[in-house]
Amino acid sequence: MDPIIKEYKDKLPEKVLAEIEANIPARISQTKLREIMELTVVEYGRMKVEAGESVGLVSAESIGEPGTQMTLNTFHFAGVAEMNVTVGLPRIIEILDGRKEIKTPMMEIYLRKPYSSGKDIKQIAANIKETTLVDIIAEISITVSELVLEVTFNEAKLKEFSVTASSVAKLLQKSVGSFTITVDGLRLVLKPKTKDLKNLNELYRIKEKIKETFIAGIKGIKQVLPVKREEEFIVITAGSNLKDVLKLEFVDEERTTTNDVFEIASVLGVEAGRQALINEVFKVIENQGLNVDIRHIMLVADAMCAGGVIRGITRTGVVSEKSSVLARASFETPIKHVINASLIGEVDYLTSVVENVMINQPVPVGTGMAGLMVKPGSVEKK
Amino acid sequence: MVINDMAKDVDLAKHYLVPKHSVLSDTEKAKILEHYRITPKELPKIAKKDAGIAHLEVKEGDVIKIVRNSPTAGKSVFYRVVN
Repeated sequence: MDPIIKEYKDKLPEKVLAEIEANIPARISQTKLREIMELTVVEYGRMKVEAGESVGLVSAESIGEPGTQMTLNTFHFAGVAEMNVTVGLPRIIEILDGRKEIKTPMMEIYLRKPYSSGKDIKQIAANIKETTLVDIIAEISITVSELVLEVTFNEAKLKEFSVTASSVAKLLQKSVGSFTITVDGLRLVLKPKTKDLKNLNELYRIKEKIKETFIAGIKGIKQVLPVKREEEFIVITAGSNLKDVLKLEFVDEERTTTNDVFEIASVLGVEAGRQALINEVFKVIENQGLNVDIRHIMLVADAMCAGGVIRGITRTGVVSEKSSVLARASFETPIKHVINASLIGEVDYLTSVVENVMINQPVPVGTGMAGLMVKPGSVEKK
Repeated sequence: MVINDMAKDVDLAKHYLVPKHSVLSDTEKAKILEHYRITPKELPKIAKKDAGIAHLEVKEGDVIKIVRNSPTAGKSVFYRVVN
């Protein structure tokens, strides 16, 4: 980079500097270049948002208006495994409310080379999917006369997930300790140890319970769907478990991602969570064919992540952080806020916008932010 | 930021969503606070246990410099205080 351009590193953003660098003629005099830089700084300053501009209000309007045109549907993934994905307004609400449990968690798992070439992609996908007992058995039944549970395995499935009847028996033993498990070829017999378990109701309950016993794969991954994206194969999943998936040997840990922003924030940090939040909101807006400037979304994401954790725009989230009682009361459940504030003798210093609107005073926005001060004695008498 | 109990070593700092985090020295910190005319309390926060700074040695009150990749500015610098 030209040394003169470099001097302006603190005054102009990188992107602007790169643009200047690319567009100046090859042979330019120092004075000319300096003149260009000075003019750019002036122009850049002019384009910045002015101090006192109510950016939050502008963002709210800019996201809210296109939001009225969003669809309320969820859409289906075409493919072998049908997957639902929350899109449109419900998804936006879900993200901005900061819901911990999202409706349709999803992962995009990128694979390392050579796994990404598509060879054995089905096997890889099957490895990721959470496998429970019910996936590998042919039959599970209760023998009423002897009051025992019988599990019969599907041999092909056992091979597919490379487990044996005895290894499964060990896993089962952990979840149901009060049963003696005997292995008989492809059959398991579960016999209750204590008397109080020897009734049909109890056996039926246990039968349903052991069906969910975790055998192999990654916990939480309910469905897998290999897809070709551009030149490589990736695995899209329903259900999400970022931490465990990243540990897998064949997974590209640099690009693999999930649509659960809280999970990203806890595994990769708030900053990654903020970025994921922006990406997710922007993806929805783009998908709907709407046009919202990304700066608005960045502002919302910054507000949500300012506390070091992701907080939703709800009365328990960012709104609860407001210092003014009246501002909090104006959002939701006003009476609760007013009562609590009066009980502990809270003081409202009326430093923000909403409370000043309420009491009909100038709001500290734009010209309302500046006050007038007079130095006593400095005004000449006429 | 390497998790040991896995089949391979995963450096989470290399993930595309994670921007570069670094700790400011005391003089740099004073300079930043002077520049914005604020106290550390007014900065956005980051938890001490946050995964993004797990590879750094931080104590409470440290200021973390974060260089984000921004679609509008190329690179943008952000500061957070550890709490």
